[in-house]
Amino acid sequence: MHNFDFVKPSSIAEAVKALSNEGAQALSGGQTLTPTMKQRLAAPSVLVSLTGIAEMKGVCLGDDGLSIGAATPHAVVAAEAAKHYPALAALAGGIGDPAVRNRGTIGGSLANNDPAACYPAAVLGSGATVVTNKRKIAADDYFQGMFTTALEEGEIITGVTFPVPEKAAYVKFNQPASRFALTGVFVAKFKGGVRVAVTGASNNGVFRWSEGESALSSNFSGAAVAGLKVDAAEMIGDLHGTPEYRAHLVKVLTKRAVDAAR
Amino acid sequence: MPKDYGIGASSKRREDVRFLSGLGNYTDDVVIAGQTYAVFVRSTVAHGRIKSVGTATASAMPGVLAVFTGEDFKDVGGNPAGWLINSRDGTPMREPKRPVLAHGKVRHVGDAYAAVVAETLQQAKDAAQVIADETEIEELPAIVDMAQALADSSNRVHDEIPDNQCFDWGWIEDNRAATEAAFKSAPHVTTLELVNNRLVPNAMEPRASIGEYFPGTGDYKLTTTSQNPHLTRLLIAAFVMGIPENKLTVVAPDVGGGFGSKIYHYGEEALVLAAAKKIKRPVKWVAERSESFLSDAHGRDHVTKIELACDKQGNFLAFRTSTMANVGAYLSNFSTATPTFLHGTLMAGPYKVPHVYVNVKTVFTNTAPVDAYRGAGRPEATYSLERVIDKMCRELNLDPFEVRRKNFLTTDMFPYTTPVGLVYDTGNYQATLDKAMELGDVAGFEKRRVESAKRGKLRGMGLSTWIEACGIAPSNLVGILGSRVGLYDAATVRVNATGNISVMTGAHSHGQGHETVFAQVVAEQLGIPESSIEIVHGDTSKIPFGMGSYGSRSLAVCGTAMTKAVDKIIAKGKKIAAHMLEAAEGDITFADGKFSVAGTDKAKTFGEIAFSAYVPHNYPLETLEPGLEETAFYDPANFTYPAGAYLCEVEVDAETGKVEVCSFTCADDFGNVMNPMIVEGQVHGGVGQGIGQALLENTSYDENGQLLTGSYMDYAMPRADDVPFYTVDASCITPCTHNPLGVKGCGEAGAIGSPPAVVNAVIDALHRGGHTHVTHIDMPVSPSRVWSAMNA
Ligand SMILES: Cc1cc2nc3c(=O)[nH]c(=O)nc-3n(C[C@H](O)[C@H](O)[C@H](O)COP(=O)(O)OP(=O)(O)OC[C@H]3O[C@@H](n4cnc5c(N)ncnc54)[C@H](O)[C@@H]3O)c2cc1C
Repeated sequence: MHNFDFVKPSSIAEAVKALSNEGAQALSGGQTLTPTMKQRLAAPSVLVSLTGIAEMKGVCLGDDGLSIGAATPHAVVAAEAAKHYPALAALAGGIGDPAVRNRGTIGGSLANNDPAACYPAAVLGSGATVVTNKRKIAADDYFQGMFTTALEEGEIITGVTFPVPEKAAYVKFNQPASRFALTGVFVAKFKGGVRVAVTGASNNGVFRWSEGESALSSNFSGAAVAGLKVDAAEMIGDLHGTPEYRAHLVKVLTKRAVDAAR
Repeated sequence: MPKDYGIGASSKRREDVRFLSGLGNYTDDVVIAGQTYAVFVRSTVAHGRIKSVGTATASAMPGVLAVFTGEDFKDVGGNPAGWLINSRDGTPMREPKRPVLAHGKVRHVGDAYAAVVAETLQQAKDAAQVIADETEIEELPAIVDMAQALADSSNRVHDEIPDNQCFDWGWIEDNRAATEAAFKSAPHVTTLELVNNRLVPNAMEPRASIGEYFPGTGDYKLTTTSQNPHLTRLLIAAFVMGIPENKLTVVAPDVGGGFGSKIYHYGEEALVLAAAKKIKRPVKWVAERSESFLSDAHGRDHVTKIELACDKQGNFLAFRTSTMANVGAYLSNFSTATPTFLHGTLMAGPYKVPHVYVNVKTVFTNTAPVDAYRGAGRPEATYSLERVIDKMCRELNLDPFEVRRKNFLTTDMFPYTTPVGLVYDTGNYQATLDKAMELGDVAGFEKRRVESAKRGKLRGMGLSTWIEACGIAPSNLVGILGSRVGLYDAATVRVNATGNISVMTGAHSHGQGHETVFAQVVAEQLGIPESSIEIVHGDTSKIPFGMGSYGSRSLAVCGTAMTKAVDKIIAKGKKIAAHMLEAAEGDITFADGKFSVAGTDKAKTFGEIAFSAYVPHNYPLETLEPGLEETAFYDPANFTYPAGAYLCEVEVDAETGKVEVCSFTCADDFGNVMNPMIVEGQVHGGVGQGIGQALLENTSYDENGQLLTGSYMDYAMPRADDVPFYTVDASCITPCTHNPLGVKGCGEAGAIGSPPAVVNAVIDALHRGGHTHVTHIDMPVSPSRVWSAMNA
C-alpha cells in the first residue's frame, strides 16, 4: 500500500468538495478498495470516507419505497430491511462473511458493480432508483456492463430507493472459492409484472432475463420457465463454470427463486 | 473409565492455550532491534531470458540498504534434491541447479530474480517495483503441459535438458515382463485415465525468515518457518552457502502449519542470511499470501493411466500404471522421492496382487516446484487404485465391499512382502472394513437413498480401503533407494535438579500437538505428572540432531528415540538408587515414579534421585557420574503401515451438479493410540484436506503459465460448511511390531484415504440416478464438472 491522506467529512457537500481534489477517491466499507490498495493496484492520494455522513446511513420505509443510505453496511440492511423487504434483507445477509457484512456497504457495492456481486441483482430486479449527489438514476440506466456504471467522475451515490414488490426472492449459487455469485437470480413480482435480474453469469454484467420475465408475468410459477432456453453466447466461461453451465443455472435459479418468493 | 493422564488419555492440547489466545511466537512476531526488511522481485512471466536486472535506480532509493540479483549467488551452491533417482536405463536423473535467485533465466511466475533490503517494508516494496519496471526479460514460450513438454525438445525449461524429463523410473523394472504377461492373459482389464490435481499447501502462516549475523563471533542465526530446522541448517551449510554448521543456528519457533511445504529449504532463507552478513543488521522477510501461492512448493499433480487385470469374479491379477509427475521448474528437496518411493511402493495397496508395475516420468515445466504435501505420493497411489477398483466393480457388476474383502491380505500373511518392495509388518484390513460398514450403517443406505430421492437428490456411497507407509524411514533402506540423508530421529531427556524434565526433540511441532503427546508418553514411563515435563523443539542450539516432522513420523521415530532416552534415564536412576539405598543395582526396581529395593520397603522417589544426581555429595565418582541427562538416536527398522477403510456418502443436486458430503466414516488402524482426541483431530484435518482436494481445490495455470488460481478468490479451500460431522474410529488396533510404543502414525491418513471415497460416492450417486455413462470425473469434482458429465 502506498501512503495516502485520510479525511472523514460529515456531510455530502463536504465529501463532494473533498473528492474534487486530484487523486481523491471515495472510501466506503473498504472491502473492495483496501485490498486493491494493498496490492498496489490503486493508489489514491486522499481517501474520503463516506461512513461519517449521517444522511447516507440507515434504512427507512417511505412513500416511494424502502430507502437505504449508500453507506449502510450489509449487516444493517440484513437486520433492518427484514420486515419491509425480506428478499433484500436475505440477500444482504448472504454477502461474504460477518466481517465483510459489517464493513461493506450497498453504495460501495453498486459503485464497484462487480459482475458477480449480489446487490446489483436486487437493484435491477426491483427496478430501484440510485440516488446520487446530483440526480436520480433508474436501475435500468445505471448498470452499464462489468465494473461500469452511469456514475460520473466525482459523483457519489447517496442512497438507493427500492419499490417493494408483492413477492421476491434472491437465489445465489456460490462460486466455490470466493462465494460471490457464480450465478445469482433476483425475482420480484410487482402488480404490473415480474422482473428477473441475473448476476454473475454474463460478460455484460448484471442483466434482466426478459423471456423469463414475460413468462412469469403471465404465470408466476416455476413451471413457467421450464420450457425456456437461456442463450449461452454472452455468458462467462471460466474455471468455475462453462457458459452453458451458467446459462443452465439462470433457469434453475429462476425457478427456485419463484418457488422461494414471499 | 478413560485415563486422565499418560498414554491413552485425551489430554488437552497444552499448546492451544497460546495458539488460541494470540500468545504464540511465530517468526513474524520476532522483532529484533535494528531489523530491516527484504522484498523479493518475482517474475511475472513463466519463462524468460533475463537480459538485464534494473538495480541502478533502486539501489539509490531512500532507505535501500542492499540489492541482490542472481549474479551475487552464481558462485555459491544450489539448493539440492535430497533423493537421487535413476531412470530405467540406469542413467541418473537430471539435476539442474536451483539457485538462490534466478540467474540467466526465470522459470516460473513467482521465480525470484532479485531482492531488496531496506529500512522499512514500504521502501523495500517501492524499490522492488522499480527493479521490476527497469528489468528486461525476453519472454519465451511457456512449458505447461507435461505431455507437450516431453514431446517438444525445441522448448526447454532448462537449456541443458532436451526433453524436459528429469527421469523415467520403473518400479520394479524386473516385474515388468511378468506384469505384461498377466495383462495379456487376463479375463478382464479395466483402464482408467485420471488426473491427481495440483494443490497449493496454504498453511495458515505464510513462510517467513529472519537472518542475523553477529560480526563479533562470525555466527549466523536463521529464524524461519521450518518443519525441520536441522535439515535446513545442513542444506544451507553443506550445499548452498558453505557456512560452517557450527556457526549457524536455525530456529523454527511456533510454525502455523506446513503440510509438507515447510520441510524444504528455500532461497529466501539463504538470501536473508547473506543480506544480514552484508549489511550487518537483521533482515526479515515475510511472504504475502500471493507469494505463497506462487512460490511455496505445491503438491500432487500427476497424470496417470492405471490398468487393473482381474478374473471375472474380481480377483486381482495385476496392476500397471503409467504416470507423468510434474516437478515444476526446479527440483525441490524431496520432489524426486514423492512420485517414486512414496508412491510406486504403495501401488499394491492392502491387497494380494501378484504383479505390479509402475512407471513414472517426472517432467520439468514452467510452474512452481512440486513436492511432498500431506500424504505425499500415497494419496496419488491410493486414488489411482481405489478409483480403478471401483470402475472394475461397476464394469463386472460386483459388490465393491466384497471385491475388496476377497482381495485383502489376511492376518495370517504378515509379515508380507509386496511385489513393490515393502514388507508390511502387521494389519487387519477386514476389521477396519467391518468397522466402517457398521459405523457408516451400510445396511441403512437404501433407506437414506430413497429419502434423498424424495428431495430430488441423488445419493451415493463411496468406499476407499487405503494403506500407507509412514514413520519415515529406515536409513539403510532409503539409502539404497537413493536418499542422500538418513531418516532417524533423536531426543534428549534432561532431568532437572528439582525433578522436572525438559525433553529436547528432533521432531518439530507445527500444529500436531507434540508438546502434549510427548509429555504424556514420558509421564507414563516415569510416573510423574505431565505438567512437570516440557517439550523443547525447533532450535538447533538446544535440540539434538533430528530430522524434523513430516511423513507421519514424529511419534513412531522421534517418540521411540525419546522412550529409549527415558529407558537410559531409568537405568541411570537405578544406579543412583543403588548407591543411595546401599543395595545392588540388580535389586532396584522402578515403578510408579519410585526406585525401590525389591522385596523391601526401602525406596527413593524420582525427585530424590534427580536431586542427588545434581548434588552428588558422596558419589563414588569412579563408577557413578553426576547428572541425569540422556540422549538417544533411533533409526526405524521398517516403515509403519497404518491402514483403514473410509466410507463417504454424498448427495448430488441433479439440477446443478453440486455435491454435498452427507457423512464421512473413518475406521483406522494406527496401532496404539497415545491421545485419542489428538488422533481424531488429525483425521478430521486430513479428511478435510482430502474433501478439499476431491471437491474444491484446483491449481490452474493457463497456457502462458499464469496461475489462474493465485488467491482465495479463485482457489477454493474447504470451509467448515463444506464438510460433514465426521465419524472417526481408531479402535481396530494391530500394534506396530518394530517400535516400543506400537504406534504407526496418523497425520496423513485422512488426506490419503478420503479423495477416492468422495469421488467413488459421486460416481455411485450418478449411476444410481441413471447417469450410467459417467465413469469418471476428475478432481475437483465441481458442480460445473458434474453437470457437464451428466449432460455429456
Ligand atoms: C471476502 C469478501 C467476500 C465478499 N463476498 C461478496 C458477496 O458474496 N457478494 C457481494 O455482492 N459482494 C461481496 N463482497 C464485496 C463486498 O460486498 C464489498 O463490500 C463491496 O463490493 C464494496 O463495498 P464497500 O463499501 O466495501 O466499498 P469500498 O471498497 O469502500 O469502495 C469500492 C469502490 O466504490 C467506490 N465507492 C464507495 N462508495 C461509494 C459511493 N457511495 N459513491 C460512489 N463511489 C463509491 C470507491 O471509491 C471504490 O472505488 C465480498 C468482499 C470480500 C472482501
